[in-house]
Parts: sequence; structure tokens; C-alpha cells
Amino acid sequence: MPEANVLPDATTTDGALLVLAIVSPAAGVLLSFVLGGQYAERIAAVLLPSGLFLASIIFVDVWRSGDRLIYIVGDWTPPLGIALRADGLSAAMMMTMAIVICAVAIFALADFGTRAGSAEARAPFAFWILLMAIWGAMNMVFLGGDLFTLYVAIELLTFAAVPLVCLDGRAETLQAALRYLLFALLGSILYLVGTALLYGSYATLDIVLLSRRIHMEPATLVAAALMTIGLFAKTALFPLHLWLPPAHAGAPAAASAVLSAVVVKGSFFIVVRLWFDVMPGMLGPAGAQLFGGLGAAAIVFGSVVALQQQRLKLLIAYSTVAQIGYLFLMFPLALDTVSAELQSSGALTGGMLQAISHATAKAAMFMAAGIIYAVLGHDRIAELGGVARAIPMTIFAFALGGVSLIGLPPSGGFLAKWLLLEAAVATGQWWWAIVMLAGGLFTSGYMFIVLSRAVAPSGEPLKPRVAVPRYQEAAALALALTSLLLGLVAFGPVDILQAGRLESMLVGPR
Amino acid sequence: MTIFAVFDIGLVVLILGIAVSTIAARDAFAAVIGFVVYGLLLSIAWVRLAAVDVALTEAAIGGGMTGMLMLGAVARLRFAGGNDISISLPVRFATAVLCALVAAGLAIAVLSPPDAIPTLAPMVMENLAQSGLGNPVAGVLFVYRALDTLLEKVVLILALLGVWSLAPDSVWGGIPGLRVYARRSSTLTFLAQLLPPVGIVVAIYMCWVGAKEPGGAFQGGTVLAAMWLLVMIAGLKRVPSIGQPWLRPLLVVGPVIFLAIGLAGMVLANAFLAYPPGYAKPLIVAVEVALTLSIGVALGLLAAGPLEQAQQQ
Repeated sequence: MPEANVLPDATTTDGALLVLAIVSPAAGVLLSFVLGGQYAERIAAVLLPSGLFLASIIFVDVWRSGDRLIYIVGDWTPPLGIALRADGLSAAMMMTMAIVICAVAIFALADFGTRAGSAEARAPFAFWILLMAIWGAMNMVFLGGDLFTLYVAIELLTFAAVPLVCLDGRAETLQAALRYLLFALLGSILYLVGTALLYGSYATLDIVLLSRRIHMEPATLVAAALMTIGLFAKTALFPLHLWLPPAHAGAPAAASAVLSAVVVKGSFFIVVRLWFDVMPGMLGPAGAQLFGGLGAAAIVFGSVVALQQQRLKLLIAYSTVAQIGYLFLMFPLALDTVSAELQSSGALTGGMLQAISHATAKAAMFMAAGIIYAVLGHDRIAELGGVARAIPMTIFAFALGGVSLIGLPPSGGFLAKWLLLEAAVATGQWWWAIVMLAGGLFTSGYMFIVLSRAVAPSGEPLKPRVAVPRYQEAAALALALTSLLLGLVAFGPVDILQAGRLESMLVGPR
Repeated sequence: MTIFAVFDIGLVVLILGIAVSTIAARDAFAAVIGFVVYGLLLSIAWVRLAAVDVALTEAAIGGGMTGMLMLGAVARLRFAGGNDISISLPVRFATAVLCALVAAGLAIAVLSPPDAIPTLAPMVMENLAQSGLGNPVAGVLFVYRALDTLLEKVVLILALLGVWSLAPDSVWGGIPGLRVYARRSSTLTFLAQLLPPVGIVVAIYMCWVGAKEPGGAFQGGTVLAAMWLLVMIAGLKRVPSIGQPWLRPLLVVGPVIFLAIGLAGMVLANAFLAYPPGYAKPLIVAVEVALTLSIGVALGLLAAGPLEQAQQQ
């Protein structure tokens, strides 16, 4: 086999950290499940912050060395075994998701906290276990170097995410969860069929090996199409978004935050792996324009429907549908016109930054919406009057999240859209620039509707139905501030997104 | 040779016929029965393709367990009076188009195979000797790709948690709402007394033989689950409440031992999920035994369904 001597895939120093990032959530899930009661929360309280610590070590490692961390599981090199690999994209996404999940955990203490000595209750028991499972599944999505391992990861992700939707047990959330499950399972099965076809053609599912062997042939095209459609369904890209609004709007606030900010990025990340790493040359100009077109349709449709919403949580959910669209604009923009290959260029950095800044901003906004709901007892936008005076910190967090979604400086959304616009100008694809600018305008529109209602004075002073704990507001604000200041990474670690990418490996270190 | 060809063609026709009748069935119960028969026929097809491991799994999971779950769902729907949910024409049309597209895509892929079909099988067999296993499928599941197998077991736990989380708060810690048909001296009672000893022996055999021949933890666990369900449905044993102290340890014992052995590999062998030389087979058999138990209990409880009554006493 000619590849055998090209591939020096071996466990690197600190590679064991990658195993830890997958194994510790799994161990947390199993332990919490068996110990039950209040232990689930306690185990999460220990493991989630250590997960953040772990993600930062991996981040710094990859950033400093500019190269990948690799771990060969079971000492069997691919194609027989499985490799875990952390490149710049994985490290940055792991870090982001660890931050968001920790903030969500703090926020969730109010709703899912368990008092010492109390009997085991359903919702907290399930919530903490599912949160740890989502964290582990996301790490696996980011680190998995094998398409079947990624399948297992999205299965974990699905089975952790769906029960979160109907945690409060109302009939309509059950229906939303069921619809989500059907879409997600359809996505899984299509992805799995695609993997089987790829294995049949190339006898490996390892991403690096596959990227060297893959070539244009009917079976490969069918496999790529099936996998992509499956992943689109899980990512809720227009027109496969039907499940998202009821599911994300109906879930408890902490769950909505994690579903909208974290979970949809998992399947999106696999789309990126598939097209940028496994088969960068196969998408072609037509495919790239199609991806971009679906993204543009998502932006327009999601934004227009968001503008018409009466309820705040639904508005935020439709905003997610629109923001997911931005993620797919990077495909036509990253396509090199000469080689017709997807390049790890500024457009990829922009797209990933969009994913990162949306994760932080959207989690903050869903948390804010949860606090507003708790204070008012409803989330009807028309009746938000006076809420800014009652909970100013929360409304401020909501507004800052909006600033990032609109793309005002110095937010992460600004830097992301800047990079994407730059790529649009450089490649002469002005139509994507128009879509982005129009999307920003729409976003400003629905943010304005909400904020103008929220700051409007109400007839009588608003009496909060519950006292909102300070730490809940602080968690939302912290995430919103992260999103706002994310644009400053331009002066620092933004180049990590290019670290250890396949192309730069072939060319050698920059 | 010709007799096999005739058999194969007959089998294909039968499978297609059952598939069509399953889709055409307007009654949920009839459709589920069609689906179970379809699964059993498919497993015969897998045997004809010399994939005995796949055949066993298809029969146990595809036909047996899934069929059981769907029959439970049909029974619940009848009980809730929601059996006549009509699906609108556009949805049916969209489903048909989607299925036709997938089928066409698969047909393209299968009908135009590469000139030489590459395979990892020789490499799998070559390296199998050092683990002491004889069954290449077990080799892939527990040696080369043990990480995937380990995490799939965590998925099973999450699925069960998902089912449990559907319960109303008041019955948390209570008893799954399995339909029990307790009648003295009925055929069901007789079978529930007769079959389990045999079934348990078969399950142990499947688990044990999995290292050498087709079989293994998932198939053995499914048989165990079926026996347990039979005993519970016949009312010979009560459905346990999920608060029972023995229940959850049994559910996680498989993945926990697997994980512990994997972590020990980081110290005692070269890597996570690597086995120390010479100990691979005993360790894998230990993992399989624990997994058989865990899978059996998990599948049994999945079929038993969401919690319905608070714990008594």
C-alpha cells in the first residue's frame, strides 16, 4: 500500500488528553446513572469545569505547536483501528462548547438543582446526565478521525438531545421531541448508509486515508449526497428545519440554550469534515453554489418568519434557523476557482467563527428569554413592557447577544461576517455579500422589535413573579460578553483555526 | 447449485412481497407482523450471503426486539384510542419520493461496483491471531474498533433514560407499564416456565462462543431480554421498579468494566483499549459476559416501556 509510508500517524505527546476528553463524560454518565439522586448534579459539577480545563490545555497545545494532537486508540493504526485527532478546528470548537456548557450548567442550577437529602427527581436526574452526554458526544464529533466513530458520536448526540426537548412533559413538547427524533433518525440512517458505501469502495473510513484514496465515481457521489442530506436534516438547514422551532422553543430554557448553541453545531462540524477534509475536490462550483443557496434561503426564510413571531422563544428559535444559513455561505466562498477545491482559507475561518459566536450569543439569548419567562410568566413580545427596568442585566445580555448576531464590531459575528465578505469580494461573488447584508438588516429588525418593547415603560411597575438568582443573570451576561469580545481574537488566536489542517500538513509548517 | 439459485430467487421474491405488503398494510398490527416476518426472511438472506453474525443480529434485533417494541406501541395506541391517525396525501407522496430517490441512489452504487472491491478482511484475519480470538467480527468489535463498541453501549443507556424521562414526575422511581397477561394455567404461563431455562443456556452459549464463532454479547443479551420479558408478561415475576438497588448496577456493569479495562490498557498495555499481550481473550470474554447482562436488562426495560405506576409498599 503506497500510503503506508506517507502516513506517520502516531500518538503524539499529550495525545492521551483526547481520550480523557471522551472518556470522562462517558464515565460521568455511567456513574451518575448508577448512583442517581443528587450525585448526578455533583458529578457534573466536578466534571464539567474539569472539561473546560482539559479543553483549554488542548487548545493551548494545538495553538502553540500549530500542529495536531493525535491518539491511536488500542494501538491499532488506521485503517484497522481508530485515530483521534485534534486540529485547530477541533480545539477551537471544543473550547467554545466547553465554555457554553459550563455557563449553561451554572444557569441550570436554579431549575435543575437538587437539595441535599431530597429524593431523586426525574427532571434533574435526566438533565445532568444528558448534559454530560452532550458534552462527551461533541468532543467525540470534534476529535473523531473516522467516519463511523463520528456516526457513533451523532447517535450519542441525538439520544442525549431529544429527551431534553420534552423534559417538562407537556403534550406539545412531546410532539416536538418526537418530530425531532424522526428527523434526527432519518439523518442518522442516511449518514450510516453513506458510510457503508464509502467503506465498500475504499476499505477505510479513516478521514486522512480516505482523503487520499477518494475519487469521483457513482458510489462515492451517492454516498456523499446521502450523508450530506442526513447531516443537513440534523443541522436543520432549510428546508429540513421543520423540527427545530417547536423543539428549541418548547424546551426548558437551559435545554434550549444547549440545543441551539451546541447540538446543531455537531452535525454541521461533520459536514465541514466531510467536504473540507475527506473530499475537498468533489463539491465543485455547482455543489458549492447549492450549499450557499440553501444557506441564503435559510437566512431569508428564518429571518422573515422570526419577524412575525408573537413569542420570544419562537423568535429566537427562528433566528437560529437563519443563523445556521450563514454557516453554509462559507462553502461557495472557500472554493478555489482554479483548483475547484475547498480551501482552508479565510472563508473557513469566517464560517467557523460564525459557528462559535452564534453558539455563545444564542445560548445567552435563550437564557435571557428563560429569565424573562420566569419573571413575567409568559414570553409574549407585545407584553414585554417594563421588563428592562425589572431585570436590566438580562435585557442587556440579550441585547449584546443580538449585537453579535447582527455583526456589529467588536463582536465575533462582526469578524466572522467580515471574513466572509472579504472572501466574497476576493472571489467576485457579490451575491453572497448582498445576502449577508440583508440578513444583518433582518436581524437588526427583530432585535429592535424585542428591545423596543422591553425598554418601553409599563403602566404599573412590574412585579417579578419569582426572584431571579443573580448567578443566572451573570451566566447569560458572561456568555453575551464572550460573544461581544470574540472579535478581539483577530489580534490573537484566530490563526488556530488553520492549525494542523490537512493542506498545511502537506505543504509543511508555515 | 441450481437448487440454491431457485431458493435464492424464491427468497428474494418473498422478501419483496412481504416488504410491499408491510407498506400497503393499513392496519398497524398487520404492518408490524409483516415487518417481523420481513426481518426473519432478511436474516435468512444474510445466512445465504455467509454473514452469520449479521443474520443473528438481524433476527434478534431487527425482527425480534424491534418487532416487540412496535407491538408494544400498537397495543398502547389501541389502548389510547389513537389507532386511526390518517396521513395526508402530500406527506405520503413526499415519503414515496424520498424512498425512491434513496433506492435509486443505492441501485446506482451497487450496480456499478469498482473493478476490484477493496477490503480490510485479510488484514483483520492476519492480526487476529495475537488477540487469541477466532471470530473476526468479535475482533473488529472488541479489538480494532473497541471505542465505537464501548460508546454504543452508552447510547443504549441514554435511550433507556430517554424512555424513562417520559414519565410523569409523580411516578418517578416506579414501575414500567408493561402489559401483563397473568392467567393461571394458560399456554403463556406454560411457555414462560418451559422456555427460560433453555433460553438462558442459549444466551450463555452465544456469549461464550462469540469469541470463536458467530454470536456475542448483543445476540446473547437479546435472548436474555426475551426470556425475562416472557416471564414478566406471563406474570410469573413482577416488573421491577427502576428504584430497585440491583437494577442500575446491572445496567452499567458492562460498559463500566469495558471502560475500566480500556483505561487499564493505558498503564498495562500501550494504549487506551489495548490489551496486555496474552490476556486479550480472557479480558474480552469478561467484557462480553458483563455486556450480555447489561444489554439483556437494558433491552428488557426498553421493551417494558415508560413508567406508569408509582412504587408500591
